[in-house]
Amino acid sequence: MIAMQYSHRYIPMTGQDEAEMLQAIGVADIQELFRDIPDSLRYNGELPVSAPLNEPSLWAHLQELAARNTAASQYASFLGAGIYDHYIPAVIGHLISRSEFYTAYTPYQPEISQGELQAIFEFQSYICELTGMSVANASMYDGSTALAEAGLLAAGATKRSQLAVSRGVHPETRAVIQTMARGLGIEVSEVPCSAAGTTDHALLEQAVNDRTAAVIVQSPNFFGCIEDIAAMQPIAHASGSLLAVSVNPLSLGLLQPPGKLGADIVVGDAQPLGIPQSFGGPTCGFFAVSEPLMRRMPGRIVGQTVDRSGKRGFVLTLQAREQHIRREKATSNICSNQALLALCAAIYLSVMGKQGLRETALLNMRKAHYAADAIAALPGYSTPSAAPFFNEFMIKLPDSVSCSDLNRRLMADNIIGGYDMGRSYPELAGHMLLAITEKRSRSDIDRLVARLGEFQ
Amino acid sequence: MTTNRIPPLPDVDMPFIFDLSRPGRIACSLPACDVPELAPEERIPAALLRTEPASLPEVYEVDVVRHYTALSRRNFGVDNGFYPLGSCTMKYNPKLNEDAAKLPGFSGIHPYQQEDTVQGALELLYTLQNDLAAITGMDRISLQPAAGAHGEWTGLMMIRAYHESRGEQRTKVLVPDSSHGTNPASASAAGYTTVTLKSDARGLVDLDALRAAVGPDTAALMLTNPNTLGLFEEHIAEIAAIVHEAGGLLYYDGANANAIMGIARPGDMGFDVVHLNLHKTMSTPHGGGGPGAGPVGVKLLLESFLPAPLISQRADGTYFFDDERPHSIGRVKPFHGNFGILLRAYAYIRSYGPSGLRRVSECAVLNANYMLSRLSAAYDVPYPRICKHEFVLSGTRQKAFGIRTLDIAKRLLDFGFHPPTVYFPLIVEESIMIEPTETESKETLDRFIDVMLRIAWEAEHEPDTVLQAPSRTETARLDETLAARKPVLHCDCG
Repeated sequence: MIAMQYSHRYIPMTGQDEAEMLQAIGVADIQELFRDIPDSLRYNGELPVSAPLNEPSLWAHLQELAARNTAASQYASFLGAGIYDHYIPAVIGHLISRSEFYTAYTPYQPEISQGELQAIFEFQSYICELTGMSVANASMYDGSTALAEAGLLAAGATKRSQLAVSRGVHPETRAVIQTMARGLGIEVSEVPCSAAGTTDHALLEQAVNDRTAAVIVQSPNFFGCIEDIAAMQPIAHASGSLLAVSVNPLSLGLLQPPGKLGADIVVGDAQPLGIPQSFGGPTCGFFAVSEPLMRRMPGRIVGQTVDRSGKRGFVLTLQAREQHIRREKATSNICSNQALLALCAAIYLSVMGKQGLRETALLNMRKAHYAADAIAALPGYSTPSAAPFFNEFMIKLPDSVSCSDLNRRLMADNIIGGYDMGRSYPELAGHMLLAITEKRSRSDIDRLVARLGEFQ
Repeated sequence: MTTNRIPPLPDVDMPFIFDLSRPGRIACSLPACDVPELAPEERIPAALLRTEPASLPEVYEVDVVRHYTALSRRNFGVDNGFYPLGSCTMKYNPKLNEDAAKLPGFSGIHPYQQEDTVQGALELLYTLQNDLAAITGMDRISLQPAAGAHGEWTGLMMIRAYHESRGEQRTKVLVPDSSHGTNPASASAAGYTTVTLKSDARGLVDLDALRAAVGPDTAALMLTNPNTLGLFEEHIAEIAAIVHEAGGLLYYDGANANAIMGIARPGDMGFDVVHLNLHKTMSTPHGGGGPGAGPVGVKLLLESFLPAPLISQRADGTYFFDDERPHSIGRVKPFHGNFGILLRAYAYIRSYGPSGLRRVSECAVLNANYMLSRLSAAYDVPYPRICKHEFVLSGTRQKAFGIRTLDIAKRLLDFGFHPPTVYFPLIVEESIMIEPTETESKETLDRFIDVMLRIAWEAEHEPDTVLQAPSRTETARLDETLAARKPVLHCDCG
């Protein structure tokens, strides 16, 4: 007699399969296969996990959970601060849903993974082109961990143990850098920004010395301001430290690539390039360096080669840097990349093309300036940063208005307001960071401005 | 002279998307500019602006669709066939979970929205924290780490914080010689030096070597259980006691958790920190190398060091981000972890429930043992006894005929299988590491086994067939030496 069979749509084992397999192995039942686990360590109860649901019930449950969230994508959202509501062309979702892509693992067997490998090679090419750098890797977890890894790379390359990090770098990224640095005994000093909203060059000069491995900046920075990379480059290099820059890749449709301005490492988060907001993750970090730093890069790298018949092909390469070969001496512990999201970004850039990327960047820039001008003209409001900006800027609210109150009231009008700067910069309480993407129409912006005007 | 020339072969190389570019084509459709058309120079100094547009391809939508569809057809995923890549748990990725991730209420939410507008997401994450705690036997979970290696490093940073909080400077992390490469690499990234422990003759931690290695400088032992040979560390209780008595902590690499769900729990084995690879055990798709998720769980003694914020529940039933964690190691990732992956893992757990998860592990282990028993007829088995969810063969018998494990792997491609993990773990010569998972049928396993037996025969009688493999794939073996010696890592996009 076969015991009552457990059936599940993802498991093909029948009672007969089980009996035949047990017989081939030479054991009486499945429990014998666990006899090497001491009785005292066996878990005999039922795991206290959520109860199972059949497929229709599970779908209903998931829909119900999703419905209890307000999708920023369905409101007029002015929230950015690292994650942006850009339009995602329809082809992206279809192409990344090809299960040959999304159900594959890291392309260890190049003969049957040329599709993924070529897609990543093209992604690397796109990142080099956008950033103006010589070499890019296959991607990182996200822009924040990429910037932290840039600091580690610099520490290794310069044999120094101090990082000078601009306070214009995203607060959560700075927190990640702090955590990573602590483990390695790397000292992090933060460099304040001036009233204009960009890194204070005089204070940066004071902060950098012959122990500084890297100057780390973000542009546009967290306040939305575009940093003058060309002016910071000599400050970093005079003391022999490297310059690592985190960029918004969409801004590079318009702005000069940091690679042309003297940066040694350029990283960023590819989320603006066709990746859903998804509560902040998963996104995709990119990582590019100048040629001399190539063999110090973390992560996977795809290279071009030929097969036995001389046909072009691609493989994972420069693996002598990596953990599965170098173990404790690896350049990083990372052993994955965000391949599917790198694919998103590559498809996005293919769809945008030469004209589209520039025009999208222009739309962002123009709409943001339109909004900033209109808000600055409101009584009681101002835009305190004097520095140039791309699609994000900070506003100062009237003294009587708090960010959280304002956002709650905007929400009632189907508007998702901005980021409360007081959350991460106490001195900027009463300031709000607004992001204006190409998805915001003039009437969305006018509606926001009209509502702001009502709160004095 | 006759002009009787043979026409050239059409180009055999797959073109780059950049090769398709023709000036004037577009694949996007942008909204019209409905605000004043400022020239960038009016607001941004010219020195900060690009002097010429990024040199991106000019293609139309059909080019994009055909190009990436063509690339997808040159790729092999779990949906294409059997993928017994040891230690990677290439199980089926449920489609419902993919649909769920695309719901606007999940894919379209911003991490800085007010908490009362994302209660559904927070409930999901909170429940997932609890479910993972139950499965691993740990007290509290952080969902922040993006991947297994990221979870390892996060765990080690908590171990560091724990020792420092007790005024102790411990400098060494012990790892077995069979461990994943990420273990020592993560230890280095957390500022530790690594001590490698030799395995004993049975493929397990050598207790005498462990006793000799532990001391007042031991911060932790990192262990995978079952280990990378697919063998359960039977003496785990004793191992835990040795490490704990020396004042060290025990780290569980959850790469192999698919063997033990509902059967044994790392928390009960004495582990203090655990990470799980949701893209392995919990079926979230690997995406061609990522994204994944590597939550970490800890026992109470480490709870205060978890990355902030955690998701907690108020007395009134609402959920919130708990940021008030003064002893936290800080952030390891921005925002709230890889939410899009976490929600798929949640859906997976709910599709099974407690007895289903246990059945998952039982079937994974039964499949592995069945394959092991049949394959031992033709391949050397370095550790011949029951295995857990995976096992390791050695290609030494075939090596005698001049056939290496790499050749066997390449020959498998001709039969439409993804090869197993090869040359890992490092302690087995010519190793072949096979993990079938629970989502494969007996017919699939039998066919793979028959092919492996055939390849063993070919190795002896027709070695050239194996050496020339693969012959049925679009690309033949690639020159990896050339790729590394003369790196070509990008091309022009225009």
